[in-house]
Amino acid sequence: MELAFVIEKFALVIVIFMISLGVAAYSTLAERKIAAFLQGRVGPHRAGWGGMFQPLADGAKMFFKEEIIPTQSNQFLFIAGPSLALLTALIGSAVIPWGQSLTFGDTVVQLQVADINVGILYIFGVVSLGVYGIMIGGWASNNKFSLMGAIRAASQNISYEIAMGLSIIALLMVTQSLSLKEIAAQQSGFINWNVWAQPLGFLIFIICAFAECNRTPFDLPESENELVGGYHTEYSGMKLGGFLFAEYINMFISSAVMATLYFGGYNFPFMNDLGLPQNIITLIGVLFLFAKIFFFIFFFMWVRWTVPRFRYDQLMNLGWKVLIPLGIANIVLTGIWIIVKDTYFK
Amino acid sequence: MEAQSTPVSYLPIIFQMIVALGFVVTTMIATHLLGPKRKTKDKLTPFESGIEVIGNARQPFSIKYFLVAILFVLFDIEVIFMYPWAVNFREMGMEGLIEMFIFMGTLLLGFIYIIKKKALDWE
Repeated sequence: MELAFVIEKFALVIVIFMISLGVAAYSTLAERKIAAFLQGRVGPHRAGWGGMFQPLADGAKMFFKEEIIPTQSNQFLFIAGPSLALLTALIGSAVIPWGQSLTFGDTVVQLQVADINVGILYIFGVVSLGVYGIMIGGWASNNKFSLMGAIRAASQNISYEIAMGLSIIALLMVTQSLSLKEIAAQQSGFINWNVWAQPLGFLIFIICAFAECNRTPFDLPESENELVGGYHTEYSGMKLGGFLFAEYINMFISSAVMATLYFGGYNFPFMNDLGLPQNIITLIGVLFLFAKIFFFIFFFMWVRWTVPRFRYDQLMNLGWKVLIPLGIANIVLTGIWIIVKDTYFK
Repeated sequence: MEAQSTPVSYLPIIFQMIVALGFVVTTMIATHLLGPKRKTKDKLTPFESGIEVIGNARQPFSIKYFLVAILFVLFDIEVIFMYPWAVNFREMGMEGLIEMFIFMGTLLLGFIYIIKKKALDWE
C-alpha cells in the first residue's frame, strides 16, 4: 500500500465529510424556509441575505450554551449517546459512489471512499447501529419522557428494518450484486434505473427510510406534544446539537442511498450519446446525483409539513401487517417475473 | 462476477471512522469547555414538566416492546438468509425459486401465527 493511496483516500474522506456537514447544516435552514413557504410565512431572514448565515449562528449558539448533565443520569452513557448517534451518521457515506472516475494525467481517482463488494450490507449495518445512540442517550437521561422516546425509537427502527431488508432483497434479485458501485454502473442512462423495475420496492424502501430517520409522520420518539422532547429532553448544548445534526445527516445519507439504489445515482439521460470527455461526464454526473439527493431531502420536508403523525399502534400495524407482507409479495412477483423473462424472452 | 474485495478495500472505511471520531470528540470537548457553568440543584434534576420529580425512570416498561425485539431477531435473521440467494438466484433458476418459496411459506406461517396470537396488537 502506497502513501499516495492513503493521501488520496484521506483527501476524499475529508471532502465528503465537509460536504455532508455542509448539507446537514443547510438542511436545517432549508427545513425552516420550506416550512415557512408551505405555511405562507417568510422564515428566517435576518442573519445574512435570506437567512444564509442562520445555520452558522445556530451552530455557534449550540457551542456556547451551558452543558447540563443531570445528577441522576448515568454520566458516561449520557455523553456516549449523542456521540454514537453522530458517529454512526457520519460513517454511513463511506460506500456511496458519488460519481465515476476523474483522470488527472496518469492518476485515476475513484469518487467513492471504499469500493467494497458488500456495500449494501455495510449501509444496513450502520443504519442498525444508529438506534443505539438514541437508545443509550434516552435511557441514560433517567427521565421518564426520554425513556419512552428511547424505547419507541428502538422498537420503531427494528420493526421497519425488516421491511427495508425485504425491499432490498427484491432489488438485489434485479441487480445481482451487493456492491453499490456495480449497482450504480448498471443503471446507465435513464431507462435502466431500478425504480422502473422495482416501483413497489421503492415505495416500501422510502417509507422505511422515513421511519429509520425518525422523520414525520414517524417522529414518535420525539413527538413534542406528548413527550416534551422525547429522547433528547435532558440534552443541551452541542450534545443536543449532535442528535439533531445526526438526524439531518441521516436524511442526507438515506437520500443518497435512495438515489443510488433506485434513481440511477450519478447517471443521467443521454450521458453516453453526447460525445463528452469522461471527466466532464463525471462532473455532470456528480451534479445530477446531488440534484436527486436535494430533491429527496425536499421530499422529506414536504412530507413533514403535509402528513400528520401516526398513532403508535398505527405505526406498528403499518410496519408489521402491511409493509412486511407487501415486501414478501414483491419478492415473489419479482422472482416469477425474472424467471419467466429469462426462460421465455431470452 | 464482480471482483473480490481485499482487506485493503476496507481500509478507507477506517480512515472515515478516524475522521468522524476526531470530529465527534472535538465537538464534545469544545461544548464542554465553551459553555458557561452556573449549575444549581434544581437545574440538574430530571425534567418532569415543572412538578416535583417522583421516583426515577429506572422502572419496568411494557412487555410488548420485548416481544417486538424478539420477533425482530427471528425475522431479521431469516431476511439475512435470503441475501445470498437473491444475489445468485438467476443461476439457480426455477428450482432455486421454488425452494425459496417453500422457505418463505414457512416464514409466512410463523408470521400468521404471531398475528393470530395477537402478539402485534397494541391495546
